[in-house]
Amino acid sequence: MTKASNAGTSPGPGSPESPGNAGETGDPGDAISVSGLVKTFGRTRALDGLDLRVARGEVHGFLGPNGAGKSTTLRVLLGLLRADSGTARVLGGDPWHDAVELHRRLAYVPGDVELWPNLTGGEAVDLLGRLRGGLDGSRRADLVERFGLDPTKKGRTYSKGNRQKVAIVAALASHAELLLLDEPTSGLDPLMEVVFQDVIDEAKAEGRTVLLSSHILAQVEKLCDRVSIVRLGRVVQSGTLSEMRHLTRTTIEAETSRPAGTLAGLPGVHDLRAEGSHVHLTVDGGSLDEAIRALSALGLRSLVSHPPTLEELMLRHYGDELGEERGNHQAHASPTTPGNRGGRAPRSEAAR
Amino acid sequence: MSIATARRPAPPAGPAATGRGHPLAGTGTLLRFSLRRDRVRLPVWIAALYLTTVSTVSGFSGQYGTAEDRAELADTLSGPAGLAMSGPEHYLDGGYDYGAMTGHQLIGFMGVAVGLMSVLTVVRHSRTEEETGRAELLRASVVGRHAHLAAALAVAALANLALGLLLAGTLAGLGMAGVTGAGSLLYGATSLGIGLSFAAIAAVTVQITPFSRGASGLALTAVGTAYALRAVGDVGPDALSWLSPIGWAQRCYVYVDDRWWPLGLHLLLVLGCCAAALALSARRDVGAGLRPPRPGRPAASTALSRPAGFAFRLQRGVLAGFAAGALLFSLMYGSILGEAEDLLQDNEELRRLVEELGGDLVESFASVAMSVLAILVACHVVMATLRPRAEESAGRAEPVLATGLSRTRWLGSHLAVALAGGTALMLLAGFGFGASGAASADDGALLWKLPLSSLAYAPALWVTAGVAVALYGWFPRATAAAWVVPAYAFFTVYLGELIALPDWLSDLSPVGHVPQVPAADLAWTPLLVMTALAAALIWLGLAGFRRRDLESK
Repeated sequence: MTKASNAGTSPGPGSPESPGNAGETGDPGDAISVSGLVKTFGRTRALDGLDLRVARGEVHGFLGPNGAGKSTTLRVLLGLLRADSGTARVLGGDPWHDAVELHRRLAYVPGDVELWPNLTGGEAVDLLGRLRGGLDGSRRADLVERFGLDPTKKGRTYSKGNRQKVAIVAALASHAELLLLDEPTSGLDPLMEVVFQDVIDEAKAEGRTVLLSSHILAQVEKLCDRVSIVRLGRVVQSGTLSEMRHLTRTTIEAETSRPAGTLAGLPGVHDLRAEGSHVHLTVDGGSLDEAIRALSALGLRSLVSHPPTLEELMLRHYGDELGEERGNHQAHASPTTPGNRGGRAPRSEAAR
Repeated sequence: MSIATARRPAPPAGPAATGRGHPLAGTGTLLRFSLRRDRVRLPVWIAALYLTTVSTVSGFSGQYGTAEDRAELADTLSGPAGLAMSGPEHYLDGGYDYGAMTGHQLIGFMGVAVGLMSVLTVVRHSRTEEETGRAELLRASVVGRHAHLAAALAVAALANLALGLLLAGTLAGLGMAGVTGAGSLLYGATSLGIGLSFAAIAAVTVQITPFSRGASGLALTAVGTAYALRAVGDVGPDALSWLSPIGWAQRCYVYVDDRWWPLGLHLLLVLGCCAAALALSARRDVGAGLRPPRPGRPAASTALSRPAGFAFRLQRGVLAGFAAGALLFSLMYGSILGEAEDLLQDNEELRRLVEELGGDLVESFASVAMSVLAILVACHVVMATLRPRAEESAGRAEPVLATGLSRTRWLGSHLAVALAGGTALMLLAGFGFGASGAASADDGALLWKLPLSSLAYAPALWVTAGVAVALYGWFPRATAAAWVVPAYAFFTVYLGELIALPDWLSDLSPVGHVPQVPAADLAWTPLLVMTALAAALIWLGLAGFRRRDLESK
């Protein structure tokens, strides 16, 4: 790994890295640290200055809709794609130059697993594991049983979910310290989803680091310590779920003895809908105390409040895009071009 | 367009017009769709075959302008090498005019090319669609059980019909002596007959195996076998030629006797194969082959877990197929080596010619046959070298390259299969040729002479692999261009002498640089130069592959 430690250079020209932002990109103990990553395919800007930090030993959720740049990021981290600019460090090494050394220490599950039609699932598991540098036989047997995988079937006869299982077993039967999982459970049934969550919890208990790209929010909520939300090739928000919730409004449903229409004037109160004694509103994190006091003054009979779900967090970042896209379709015949998409400032900038 | 459709009231959606229950429902739509998908591919095929044929025929008048020239050519071609490369001797019996030359020399070449086009077209629109799962999507709509196969055959038939008509019309219009209108029509018909025959054979092979690669392999084996059977039959026992659709076409004696009846054999074969294909397709599930899938090993062997073993495992099926083909071809060519001697006794002119050249008739025939075998092996080399491309675009390379396997080793393993496999195939062909040649020519020395001379072709094969890997490293989307190497080699070996291709043009083919052993002495310089060139190209390809992005699915 001597090569890894001194090859920490940018893979392309125009790297924005400077000693000044070293603190921002994190300490050398980070499993993954990425800053200002840019990758273009022809005219499409798949990654547009992406920053990402994954600490060792954490399970990190990587959220975003299709086409946001999640898979591209993972492929850059695997050294399968070469970034145009920006820096990326994986386990202290450069993912492009030190690809092979790094690959011995990490395991990858693609979102769409393709198997060799004439190799069995068991052969594929062994092949991928041994090419990485060996896999744990008892762990393999255990995983094969827990996932209910038939290792004697030929690659082409597996269903989508079973192909995913082959890749999951191959990745988790190793002693890899970093797991890069790209929508690993697409096609798995709910029972296997539970097994998968158990397995990831165990991996975490062993101190392994996991980067889990997903759009199954319940899975991310259950498994992940921290979450990064990616949109149009940038991470627009990153943090623990509770940190992110603090920045977001709490939803309140209440019954009061006197009509609550007067609350509309309070700072930090939004989406107020009062019908008779029933009131629905959302409150900014900082104004919660004041809003509850005002409600209480109106004679509070019942109160239900819930923190924002991950879905709401996501919609906060994508809601405007949905609205805008709809507007665009009515206003112009042409879809949004990559150029003006890149130029549009994500709404979260204001929140930060 | 939108105006027209807006004005017309929508037809009632329903089974009335198309017949929902009919096994051919939807064939018309699929046919138009397939033709649209092939709107570049098929015109390129047709144009290439058409231009090659027409330019070769019209080149005859410049090259063989006098009766003496043609008589001399006829004498040369009456040798076993000539007959094996062209067609049956009967074409030589009359005055060898332009018409007879066309029928004699072009039908065999055209048969292989048209067969290739037909097989690839049928497999592409039937088994490939099933293997990728696209057929399933379409079959779930109002598309009958046999619609895919019928549409695939119709595409191939239309392409062949277009080519046949173009050839018939153009050749008749050339106004060359002996190239008659009636003969030209028959020439176009033989092209159609051969094309339809191999399309129908492909329709059967796509039923047998669930893999498009296997289906084209089987059908192309039929094309190769048909060519080899007629080559052997034209030199030796006539009956063998009658087993080959290419042989039937040649036995129409186009421009000489103009007999139409052998085309009836094509018709029978087409009907028989189509019936068999329909019967087989009714017995199997969509996406499946004839045999149910069997369970395999639950764990990988040690050999499979090594990069080279893994590459070999993926490629061994194709390698075995080519080994069988190379052995079959070489045994057949060897079995007619003895005839070379007999022909030499009969033909005073030819013997004088060979003696002038200072060679041995058997050995000169052996060199030509060896070039043909080398081209067959070159096809394997291209396929094997481009296997990583198939792995990459199918998305199977990605998880493998995310392990501790480096790009260089991964590509190098496949390259090793191509280089070593190609060399071994060539040596196998040499042994087969030597063994059966030694028996038929009663010359024990051939037993070691021919395998040794087959090795002289190895550097040309390595250059072929080098071209393919350089393309893969730098222009992964243009890898199909590597097929130009064997195709061009076939063109120069087959037609180069005939149309007196300038040296610099035939020098473009690596096979053209191989010393014509055993007829000529072994020259080391071209072999060493080609080996160095191959090494440079391979280095270039590996360097390019290390630098570029992996293409994702």
